[in-house]
Amino acid sequence: MSAPGNGRSMGVALWWEAIHRDRKAGMGAAVLAVFAFIAIFGPLLVGDPQALVGIPLQPPSLHHLLGTTGQGQDVLAQLVVGTRVSLLIGFGVGLAVVLIGALVGVTAGFYGGRIDGLLSLLFNVFLVIPGLPLAIVIAAYLPTGSFTLALVLVITGWAWNARVLRAQTLSLRQRDFVAAVIVTGESDIRIITSEILPTMTSLLVAQVIGSTIYAIGAQVGLEFLGLGDVSAVTWGTNLYWAQNDSALLTGAWWTFAPTGVCVALVGFGLSMLNSGFDEITNPRLQLERAWREHLGRHGVKPARSTPVVRDHA
Amino acid sequence: MRFLLRRLGFYFVAAWVALTLNFFLPRLMPGDPATALFARFRGRLGPEALQALRETFGLTHAPLWRQYLTYVGHALRGDFGVSVAYFPTPVAQVIGTGLLWTILLAGSAVIVSFIIGTLLGVAAAWWRRGWIDAWLPPALVFLGALPYFWLAMVALYVLGFTLDWFPLGHAYSDDLTPSFSPAFLADVAAHAVLPVGSIVIATLGGWLLSMRNTMITILGSDYVNLARAKGLRPARVVLRYAARNALLPSVTSFGMALGFVLGGSLLTEVVFSYPGQGYLLVQAVRNQDYPLMQGIFLVITLAVLGANWLVDVVCLWLDPRIRDSAS
Repeated sequence: MSAPGNGRSMGVALWWEAIHRDRKAGMGAAVLAVFAFIAIFGPLLVGDPQALVGIPLQPPSLHHLLGTTGQGQDVLAQLVVGTRVSLLIGFGVGLAVVLIGALVGVTAGFYGGRIDGLLSLLFNVFLVIPGLPLAIVIAAYLPTGSFTLALVLVITGWAWNARVLRAQTLSLRQRDFVAAVIVTGESDIRIITSEILPTMTSLLVAQVIGSTIYAIGAQVGLEFLGLGDVSAVTWGTNLYWAQNDSALLTGAWWTFAPTGVCVALVGFGLSMLNSGFDEITNPRLQLERAWREHLGRHGVKPARSTPVVRDHA
Repeated sequence: MRFLLRRLGFYFVAAWVALTLNFFLPRLMPGDPATALFARFRGRLGPEALQALRETFGLTHAPLWRQYLTYVGHALRGDFGVSVAYFPTPVAQVIGTGLLWTILLAGSAVIVSFIIGTLLGVAAAWWRRGWIDAWLPPALVFLGALPYFWLAMVALYVLGFTLDWFPLGHAYSDDLTPSFSPAFLADVAAHAVLPVGSIVIATLGGWLLSMRNTMITILGSDYVNLARAKGLRPARVVLRYAARNALLPSVTSFGMALGFVLGGSLLTEVVFSYPGQGYLLVQAVRNQDYPLMQGIFLVITLAVLGANWLVDVVCLWLDPRIRDSAS
């Protein structure tokens, strides 16, 4: 009987290992660190993003490194200040969505039977109803603001996590160490919080990362449609104003290009971190890496085969 | 057959949930929903007409369950009320004008992206650590991280505005009348290249990675090794033995991807002023045209549910195991 008692510390340690052993994960972490720095300290370094600082639609120059918007505001200042709000909503929604997903998914997987049937039906229905149109309709009815936006993203985004975590719980439920704890008569809550959830830590972190990517993209999309708080400065509203001021048809690429690159860089960093982590924790890929290194030392080029995982214990 | 019926039952439940959400959303709004919903009609509609519209939405003073039944009854008959922005055209008719364009845009984007992405995934898995495998996945992950509509904006700016290779928007040129003449179809195709292309590029990475990862597992399995050991041609081993089985997870996720792409294509339509559901939806939101908004949401949901059911049929056909477990 295997008892992964130190599951929590194992999860964090694996992430750390992924970051400094895997090139991809390291790159992703570096990109994210830069954006975290911008989000925390950036707004102190640039001026007021709403201030009218010059002639509208000036191209980038030494004075305004990324030019000015259609209103005559500094694009760089808007970009930097927008980073904080956009990342905050993104990570916040990412966390909330996984929390709700874990609550529903683990409950369904742990109790099974009728509870499972009902909850599975619920998240499957939410998965199949197209998220963005639903989000647009809900956001249109509620008063605009950052809170509404976050709420809408949570409502339309939790279902996928519930599905993945239910499947994981189902398979853990069959394991000996969980069966053993059930026999000792521990309460359900305790089994879930101290046996099942800690074992899933690495999956949960991966889910938070994936959900954050979703949240940032969906948030920018909704704000682009004018469904966020258009008076706030965020990445999405920057694009909204760029479109509204017909940036495209006046050739003002600098009002929309930098924001999109930032959204993509954050998303890219997060996916790199996730896939690097997968390389570390997936035994098949891990073995293959070892095999490749071993062959490399002997100057042999690896063949196309995938090594079979064997337990050498 | 039982499998398909069970799935059909599930889609009915999903459609009912969407309908119910649609019913309760206006009632969640602060204040009196009817007043807010029809505020913009004032001055354009007489009191009787306004009353009729209230009844379409079940926004009367009757008890809630009664209102609900009225609403569902009207929705089942395809009566979504009258559009505010395109007054006095019924919502169903307004939606009809955009439906075909959205199906054309999202449908062709999903199919093209699925085919190219899957083939690239097969190639990446076969030539492991070749240049396709080394460069394409990270590049496409980066492109996939870009918001669809932003990619569309860049494409429009570079290829449409600066280079003037493609038209700047709309589904066809203003000086042509819709017909099935070659000139018109070519014009429609030219207008679709940028919107479809930007969605394809943004979604390619997902298909590639999912196919590549499944292919790698399957290429290591015994039956593929046996096929190779028998000396079968590589193309046959890859396509008939490995790819056919590796395709299943991709096909299963096809239905969900469809909903996702449809959402993304709504934003793309806005960038290109492409006259589909997304453009209509955003116009409806901007004009506070609540009846039209709700109608579009329902129609999109029903389309996605229908497409998912078709995917189930394809899965059943591809994978005999589902057939066996169902009977």
